Amino acid sequence: MASNEKLVEIKNLKQYFNIGKPNEVRAVDDISFDIFKGETLGLVGESGCGKSTTGRTIIRLYDATDGEVIFNGVDVHGKKKKQELKDFNRKMQMIFQDPQASLNPRMKVSDIIAEGIDIHGLAKTKEERMNRVVELLETVGLNKEHANRYPHEFSGGQRQRIGIARALAVEPEFIIADEPISALDVSIQAQVVNLMKKLQKEKGLTYLFIAHDLSMVKYISDRIGVMYFGKLVELAPADELYNNPIHPYTQSLLSAIPLPDPNYERNRKRKTYNPKVHNYSEGDNVQFREIKPGHFVQCSEKEFEQYKAQYK
Amino acid sequence: MTKILEVNDLHISFHTFSGEVQAIRGVNFDLNKGETLAIVGESGSGKSVTSKAIMRLLPESNSDIKSGEILFEGKDLTKLSDKAMQKVRGKDISMIFQDPMTSLNPTMTIGKQIIEPIVKHQKLSKAAARKRAIEILELVGIANPEVRFNQYPHQFSGGMRQRVVIAIALACNPKVLIADEPTTALDVTIQAQILELMKDLQKKIDTSIIFITHDLGVVANVADRVAVMYGGKIVEIGTVDEVFYNPQHPYTWGLISSMPTLDTEDEELYAIPGTPPNLLHPPKGDAFAPRNEYAMKIDLEEQPPMFKVSDTHYAATWLLHPDAPKVEPPLAVQRRQRQFLDIKEGK
Repeated sequence: MASNEKLVEIKNLKQYFNIGKPNEVRAVDDISFDIFKGETLGLVGESGCGKSTTGRTIIRLYDATDGEVIFNGVDVHGKKKKQELKDFNRKMQMIFQDPQASLNPRMKVSDIIAEGIDIHGLAKTKEERMNRVVELLETVGLNKEHANRYPHEFSGGQRQRIGIARALAVEPEFIIADEPISALDVSIQAQVVNLMKKLQKEKGLTYLFIAHDLSMVKYISDRIGVMYFGKLVELAPADELYNNPIHPYTQSLLSAIPLPDPNYERNRKRKTYNPKVHNYSEGDNVQFREIKPGHFVQCSEKEFEQYKAQYK
Repeated sequence: MTKILEVNDLHISFHTFSGEVQAIRGVNFDLNKGETLAIVGESGSGKSVTSKAIMRLLPESNSDIKSGEILFEGKDLTKLSDKAMQKVRGKDISMIFQDPMTSLNPTMTIGKQIIEPIVKHQKLSKAAARKRAIEILELVGIANPEVRFNQYPHQFSGGMRQRVVIAIALACNPKVLIADEPTTALDVTIQAQILELMKDLQKKIDTSIIFITHDLGVVANVADRVAVMYGGKIVEIGTVDEVFYNPQHPYTWGLISSMPTLDTEDEELYAIPGTPPNLLHPPKGDAFAPRNEYAMKIDLEEQPPMFKVSDTHYAATWLLHPDAPKVEPPLAVQRRQRQFLDIKEGK
């Protein structure tokens, strides 16, 4: 389970697109949080809120506009030697949303999985390489006959398993899963989530789990961060966030999730969020503040006092 | 309750290079006036094919309605001529598709797209149609309808586009509205708005809705009745309470227990093992048998008929046969069954 050791520290991370042009987008706007070793941090929010961009910037698919991502004590961004980059790429891997689009249709499954092994020279002989691939396939619930097939021969759930096997091939410590189950059927989603949980237990992996399906996120995550318009508005342990949502946006998001329970649905009261309720004026120091140990909310000083009072 | 749509023993096949895919294998259901029937099931279970068959939108070149009838107000839609069908489509029965981006024409203003069915079916003049279109845009909650009327789809957000699609579908006050995963591409907050909008409009114009989705949360929110499809058949049908709190079919059990509710604790999530059946060679017995831990010998040999649970609740599983052994459903389902008893007593 999660320890107190920080694996990743994200400090004032910013990712702007089209800088200086009229269509400048502040996809990620000054967010800071830590990811502890062995935990699953869920990141939720509407589409366009910057949650995927955050994931991609952490793994350096985008160069950060500003801020730091510190992994195991070393900044990920900035100028790097080839070898440093390689080491880093091995420790951090990503699982993508669409298993159809993220696997090369012209490569065999064995080559897709072994690509990382080849790059990092993790297998000395052909035999060793193949053994490793078979082992990985078995870890994710496929078998060795699958190694010589092409991605189109698999179902969505199986393809996502291949994506997971590829991520595991280089023995990473940290995996960013960007909506790994959104494209799958309900009955298959549970299979993939169980697999991810099992792997975490066995290999002590750390996950950043990005999704918009909140009930699944609650199930898999230890802590959850809520994003809104490029900002992290609330971060708390999973149960705490669901039981005591403080930021009005979190409250509205939680009230919008449909649950498979007709009786609950009949009595559901949906809250809407209007950013104007904050009534921030200039000079309000809107910051990420800790309301209660481990529970952070984006708020001004005045709201901070209010929230704290509410809490008691 | 009057029936507005009846589907009787529908069989549909697709002819492909590898052979005949039996996508729909004997589907029966009724749709009552003013109700919402949700059809759930995983991809490939035949829910979209059923809805497209009702709209007669299946490709003629390789699909084949082998037998069965679709009765709409007594007329069999499968036998109508193309011309007669055009009078039904968009006027009496209309459809909302999953992806609002691809179901709107990017080169036409949305106003034109809404006017299209009105001019065609209601024979209104252009000016009158425009007035009506603006009314509908207002109805589906689009601000500044006069300005928005002349804009193109790319100028709308995803949720707004889906509102426009709903406006087009409702333009002629259809008697039946088929919504094929209308909110799957949308965010939860937008989804909640669209669902509220649909329920609200249903009350106002008294349409019946067939709601296709795989999200059980959405079903619990909108449906009056639920049909669960698996392998081209309806395996369970009943009121929303009956299906969610007292499910009978092992597939429904699996579906319900594989979704975490907000109070699912750290226990492992139940996952239905295996993959859906290949309908190129549908299994002889119950299509779910290979994935079913409760399967009995007969499941592999003979397809179960629909057994009656209550007047409104039917399920196709041999477990309901009087001679079948009593089995314990998964914990999550047992929890729900207790809830069901509480609800019943509460009434």
